[in-house]
Order: sequence, then structure tokens, then C-alpha cells
Amino acid sequence: MHPKEYRYTKEHEWIKADGATGTVGITHYAQEKLGDIVFVELPAVGRKLEAMESFGSVESVKAVSDLYSPVAGEVTEVNSSLKDNPALVNQDPHGGAWLVKVKIANPKELDQLLTADAYQKFIESEAAEQ
Amino acid sequence: MSEKIRKAGRHVTQSEALIFETSAAGKHAYSLPPLDVPGVEAAKTLGTEQVRREIEGFPEVSEIEIIRHFTRLSTWNYGVDTGMYPLGSCTMKYNARVNEVVARLEGLATEHPCQPDELSQGCLKILRLLERCLREITGMDAVTLQPAAGAHGELTGVLIIRAYQESKGDPREVILVPDSAHGTNPATAATAGYRVENIKSNRAGRMDLGSLRERMTERVAGLMITNPNTLGIFETDILEIAEVVHHRGGLVYMDGANMNALVGVARPGDFGMDIIHLNLHKTFSTPHGGGGPGAGPVAVKKFLEPFLPVPVLEERPGGTLRWNAERPQSIGRVRAFGGNFGVLVRALAYILANGPDGLLATTRDAVLNANYMRKQLEGAYELPYQSPSLHECVFSDKKQARHGVTTMDIAKRLIDYGFHPYTVAFPLIVQGALMIEPTESESQEELELFIEAMRAIAAEAETEPELVKTAPHTTRVKRLDEVTANRKPILRWKPAPTPEAAD
Repeated sequence: MHPKEYRYTKEHEWIKADGATGTVGITHYAQEKLGDIVFVELPAVGRKLEAMESFGSVESVKAVSDLYSPVAGEVTEVNSSLKDNPALVNQDPHGGAWLVKVKIANPKELDQLLTADAYQKFIESEAAEQ
Repeated sequence: MSEKIRKAGRHVTQSEALIFETSAAGKHAYSLPPLDVPGVEAAKTLGTEQVRREIEGFPEVSEIEIIRHFTRLSTWNYGVDTGMYPLGSCTMKYNARVNEVVARLEGLATEHPCQPDELSQGCLKILRLLERCLREITGMDAVTLQPAAGAHGELTGVLIIRAYQESKGDPREVILVPDSAHGTNPATAATAGYRVENIKSNRAGRMDLGSLRERMTERVAGLMITNPNTLGIFETDILEIAEVVHHRGGLVYMDGANMNALVGVARPGDFGMDIIHLNLHKTFSTPHGGGGPGAGPVAVKKFLEPFLPVPVLEERPGGTLRWNAERPQSIGRVRAFGGNFGVLVRALAYILANGPDGLLATTRDAVLNANYMRKQLEGAYELPYQSPSLHECVFSDKKQARHGVTTMDIAKRLIDYGFHPYTVAFPLIVQGALMIEPTESESQEELELFIEAMRAIAAEAETEPELVKTAPHTTRVKRLDEVTANRKPILRWKPAPTPEAAD
């Protein structure tokens, strides 16, 4: 369910690295927990982010949740199609509903993120707690 | 909105036209007799900028139409005067009529806030006495009555933290907030210019001390904690929590939204809290929400007193009271005059009508009612945390979710049973939360009626889940499509005229 080639955070973001460019989104599990997404707030292009710094938020009918950058870097592109169609986050969280692209400052940070398997275990343990 | 039903016999339950739609040129209410004194030209006397010639689109209706329109609308309300209102963390208790009688006394209702202090001694004494009562109840040393709501009190409190630490040459950047906090807490800290960091809850539903120790550094200005927390659970480590924060130079702010669990039993000032706000419209029975303005007084320890908003009430030799604004370290004014005076009067009336014994009995009854509810419903609904409950209890929809029924569906179905829903899906740390706060106002009979309804809905969730998922069935309008309402909000009464139509 969660693509093998992506890396994940415990805050339920994914990142797909392609050279120095990282594409960031939220996971299928996260969108399912949030329910119907009604609004996505994204940063300005050019903003510099620390690792795990909040860069925006997603709003569902239940709650507003912060979005965290898995790695440090500079925002090079944001997915403007989400402005008119936030439902895309529910429909295609790992693909068309990517949130931002960042120029990765330090590729080594990727190694500290969760693999798909580790993320799967993490959400299972989170579910068990509930 | 659905088509208007034209049968008079069903008015009270049917759609009501907007008052603008009822308008017809020339209709009006009572007429004044002809002027028998020389006329005054308003523009000359008051200045032209004070005069509005006409109000565009103002509805023209007869007196009886106005009366009926608003009377019918009032029947659509659900309030604590019509039935139980178990909205968790909101403390929707009975707004005692004695409060209203007192607030309407002529000397209070007609007093002007700009009257000189010498002519307002009675009102100032009322404020002074309320301050004293709140100091005693919270175990704090000084009080400001200015803030007009809970979140306003929070902001006042956090600005006091900032002013205090800056006065010490020790400005800080971060406020810690537990993950079970009211949503206003992180919003307040951010508004006051702090960065917010979360502290996790442990399996008992309390703040995790280890996590607090880790996060509590010299960058941290303080902790905002709600006690009992939003799970209705008392933070039994509160003394140690306060010590950890104080040891690193931080202050502890307590959100007093849940004080209905503590009044007369435990005082935040005695368990290490530095600042607390009270919601008079919760704990102290003044009208809540749409029922009128609120009041969120803030109480502080002695060392924070210089930072309270100005003006502060001071007693002069001889006992007269006056407002003093000469306070160089004050964070400034946060509200006009002395705050929402009418609300403050009602809160004092409540406190004095109850007295110390009455307030203690109130707290005990509130806790008893919540625990009765918990005991009676724990078979039908999942109880995610086993720690003892105080004034409210939190269930989850885990059992019902197996049949596709969520906390939102159960809440909507509850409307069919004649109750206002509980708090839905909050606190966020409980997946599918049902947060129930009956308050002390409810009799055992009323509690049982609610319990029966909740049990019946739990049974329906198993046998007839569709009935619950499509509720409510007895209301004027069906369930709102929240997703579409959020994604494609219609913000105008009528669509904007297109350029062609306007021609």
C-alpha cells in the first residue's frame, strides 16, 4: 500500500527522492484517518525549511493537521491543483496529490527516515494503541 | 432551503422566510404621534458624519410580522432551557434565573461605564468582591476581570508570561502544550508569538512526565496545561509537572475550562499553577455561546501582579475604590472598561447564591453525574482510558465503527431522541471520541433518559446501522453535507447578479 521506494515520517508524510529533488506528500493512512480533505495550505516557493518544520496544513471536516517537511531544503514547487481540488489528497495521496517539491539540502537525512516496512510497523503499533 | 409550506398550522416547524423576503414597501410598525415640540435637525446638532440618510434594502414589515418572525426562529433553538446539553468541555449548566434578576436591577443595568469612579462605587465593589471570590476559589493572589472569553483570557495569560520573562532579561521562544489540550491553547501561544511543541499523553491519559522533562529546556517559556484534562482525567503528577517547569525557569499556565471539576475541592494556586483563566460562562453559570458575551478572568500569583492589564481596581484609604492605570509593567488594556460587567454580575450572583458549601456540592454533583453516565454506558460504548473520570467522560465509537457507524452518526441520531449531541471527535487523541459532560444541573431522571437513548442507539448501530447513518430524521433539514459545504461554500444569500442580469 505504501510504496517501497518512498521514505516516511512518524507524522505521516512521505518523500520521494529523485536526485536532489524530493517530492513530499501525506500517506494513504493519513488521508484515511483525516477523512474528507476540504482545504490544503501550502508554503510559498523559495521558502527554506528545516527538517520536521511545519510548512503548511491540511484541513478535513474533523481537524486541521500540520504538515512537516521530512528533510531540510528549499521549496521549489507547490502543487497548485490542490487549491481547487483538495479531494485529490483522498483519491491519490501517493501520486497526483503531492504537496511540495524541495531541493534537498542534505541527502543523508533521507537515511534517517522510515522505510515502507518500518512505517507499516509504526502505523500498526499506533493502531494497536487505540 | 426547501419550499416554504403555506399552511399556517405548521409554522413553528417549517422553513421561515428571511425577514428581507417578507418586506413590502410601505409596511411599518407603530406610528409616532405628530411632533408637538420644535424639530431638531440631526445633521446640525450631531454633525453630518453622524447621520445616515437611508438604509438600503432595510426590510419593511409590520410589527406582528417582526414578532412572529423572531418568535418562530426562537423555537428552532435548542438550549439548556429546553433539554440536556451534554457538550463535553463546555459545561453547559443551568443559567440560574437569580443571576438574571440581579443583572437587571436598575442600579446595575442602567449604570454607565463612563461615570466617574466616585459615582460608581457600588459597581466597583461588585467587581472587587468577585475578584476576591475568584482569588479564594483558585488559590491565586490577583485577578483581572477584563478578558471577554476563555481564549482571550489565555492570550492575556500568555502575554503576562512574555512580559514577566522579558522583564527578567530572559525572553523565550517555545510554549509546550499537551496533545490533549483544547485547540485554543496552541492557537493562543502562536498568536502571542511563541512556537508550539507538543507533549504526548501516556496510556493512562495523562501527560507523559518523561516527555515533559525532555522538552523542558531554557528555550521554553512555559507549559499550558488543562487540569482535569480534556479526557476528564486529573493530572495526578501536577506537583511534579510544575516542579519540572519551574526548575528550568518556565511558568505553568492552567486552562481553567474544566474548573467545574475542582471548585471547592482543589485550588490551582495550591498545586503550583502560576496563571489560570476561568470561563465564567462555564463554571460560573453565565450564559454561554450565542446566549451572550462570555468572561474569561485571569488569576495570577503575586510575582505576576505588576503585569496584569490596566486599569486595576485599587482601594484608597477610607475604602473608596478607583481604577488605576499607572502600572508601568502592565501588558496594557485587553478590553474596554472593566470587562463584560453584566456577565461578571451574574457570576457573582451565582457564587453568592451557592456559597462555599453550595459550590462544593455543585462540584461533587458534577463529578457524580459524569461517573454515573460512565458506569451506565461503558458496556455499550468503548472506554479508551480507564483512569477515573471527573466532570466528564470520553468514550470511543470503536464498537459501533465495526458496523460503519461513527461518533458523528451517533451524535446526529441523538438529535432524534431529543438531546443536543455530546462533543464529537474530540479530544483528538481518542479516535472517534464521544465526549460527554452532563454537569450538575441534570437530575437522575434526565440522565437516565439520555442513557436510554444512548443504549438504544448502540443497539440500532448493530441491527439497523442505516437508520443511524442517515440521522437525523425528525429535524426540519436533513444532515448537512459537510464536505461539500466546506469545499464549495455558498457564502451569499442569493447568487451574485451576473453582469447581464444587472443590466
